[in-house]
Amino acid sequence: MKVSRSIEEINEKIKSGSAVVFTAEEIIDLVEEKGIDEAAASVDVVTTGTFGPMCSSGVFLNVGHPSPRIKFNEVYLNDVPAYAGIAAVDFYLGATALPEKDPANRVYPGEFVYGGGHVIEDLVAGKEIRMDASAYGTDCYPLEAINTGFKLAEVNEAILYNPRNAYQNYNVAVNLGPKTIYTYMGILKSNLGNANYSSAGQLSPLFNDPLLETIGIGTRIFLGGGTGYVAWHGTQHNPSAPRCENSTPRAPGATLALTGDLKQMNARWLRGLSFLGYGVTIQVGVGIPIPILNEDIMKYCAVRDDELMAPVVDYHRGYPYKEGEPLGEVSYAELKSGQITIRGQKVPTASLSSYAGAREIAAELKEWISSGRFTLTVPAKGIPSIEAGIQLNSLPQRNPEREDDKK
Amino acid sequence: MIKQKIVLRYPPHVVEQPTIYHLIKDFDLMVNILRADINPKKEGRLMMELSGEELNYQRALEWLREQGLHVIGLEQQIIWREEKCTHCGACTVICPTEALAFNRPEMTVSFNEDKCIVCELCLRACPARAMETLVDNNNSVK
Repeated sequence: MKVSRSIEEINEKIKSGSAVVFTAEEIIDLVEEKGIDEAAASVDVVTTGTFGPMCSSGVFLNVGHPSPRIKFNEVYLNDVPAYAGIAAVDFYLGATALPEKDPANRVYPGEFVYGGGHVIEDLVAGKEIRMDASAYGTDCYPLEAINTGFKLAEVNEAILYNPRNAYQNYNVAVNLGPKTIYTYMGILKSNLGNANYSSAGQLSPLFNDPLLETIGIGTRIFLGGGTGYVAWHGTQHNPSAPRCENSTPRAPGATLALTGDLKQMNARWLRGLSFLGYGVTIQVGVGIPIPILNEDIMKYCAVRDDELMAPVVDYHRGYPYKEGEPLGEVSYAELKSGQITIRGQKVPTASLSSYAGAREIAAELKEWISSGRFTLTVPAKGIPSIEAGIQLNSLPQRNPEREDDKK
Repeated sequence: MIKQKIVLRYPPHVVEQPTIYHLIKDFDLMVNILRADINPKKEGRLMMELSGEELNYQRALEWLREQGLHVIGLEQQIIWREEKCTHCGACTVICPTEALAFNRPEMTVSFNEDKCIVCELCLRACPARAMETLVDNNNSVK
């Protein structure tokens, strides 16, 4: 390999305004025109983006103490419950939390009009949030209830902490059953009526660094319109997923835990969502810069939708009951064309992840880097890749009270 | 000749009248009913396409209003809040008439009011709730 660049060298160029930055979409054309070696020699950074529903997201808040002080036992923000089982005025609001009065699926399919994701969007938008909290009262924290309101600017900390974001690939969801079903992958019409997918494909961060050679703990990123960081690998991280020849996984693979200061984020890139019959969640905008350290990294960044494969999974029986195998594989180029063929049947496709949004995020991150506002980071620690040999577990189903049932 | 998609709103006291019969018999109009419903408050809503001679059409509308019915253009029924749309595309496989369509290679959603038949499936299919109607769930005007 002729190119060997360090992140320090790239940062010097960023600071002097001379760094060459392409988005993961633009780089495809450049590599096709000039080849890997020449592209690697001339480009310093490739920016990626994704803007999809990511349920495993939420925010830690510390709202400061009222007078007298309180140790929250139950906290509701706009009627949505937060988790208060940590220190006195700290709590965590999860994206999928629902108000207790929400009828959920008692009227099927439930509408799920407002929940945790929407509270986070409203917070970031600077709206007043109604808070109802109760406590049991202690000598040190005497107050037993408070009904008040606050805005994001008035809290001590608001730290977005998303345990699983930026999935490296995802299922294409279909319905083999005889009735419409309502899933986290959207509305799936009966008998292969439609196929829904959720990845930005060639623009998606982890598709452009398939073996996690540059992204690690501490990597600075675009998160929710502001700056964030990779905190850890995400939950359900599965680098052992089967792979294509180009090293990208052909099934859901790596994931990232992401964090950042909510106060500098933008409601445009943190959107509360309502999935009919499923629940609420949040659409998170994520963009990750990839330093072009050598030709291999450039090759990964040049990956195209027609080289990225996703498994087609039945959400009538296959996914919920863990039955059978995927119905096949399709490329993201086929998915994005609007129609795929499954079992000889032509099936229209739709995305849940916004490709237009992913494109805009990659372009914005490119602008941040080109203008010298955003420099790259050397990871503090790598993220487990193939060699970690991670195997995903299933929850044991046994009775811990019975000796003979224990393993 | 004129061809128009309209919505008729029936107050409770006229909801049982045979309006369509008169539109055909007295005004020589062709009627293509797209959707009709009556809510628990006994208010009715009828969406249809009318075609016929311009003069007959205008006289028919006048007559409908005299009967106490509200006549509204169909295209005002469903509103796409573009600023709320994240352009994911989830609605485009649910919309039966391709009024909501996905544009390639831009990868953006667009809404063509002329193709909309007010089935309202998009209202709940849109995760970002970018599709709205002027009518609430009980079918009364907001």
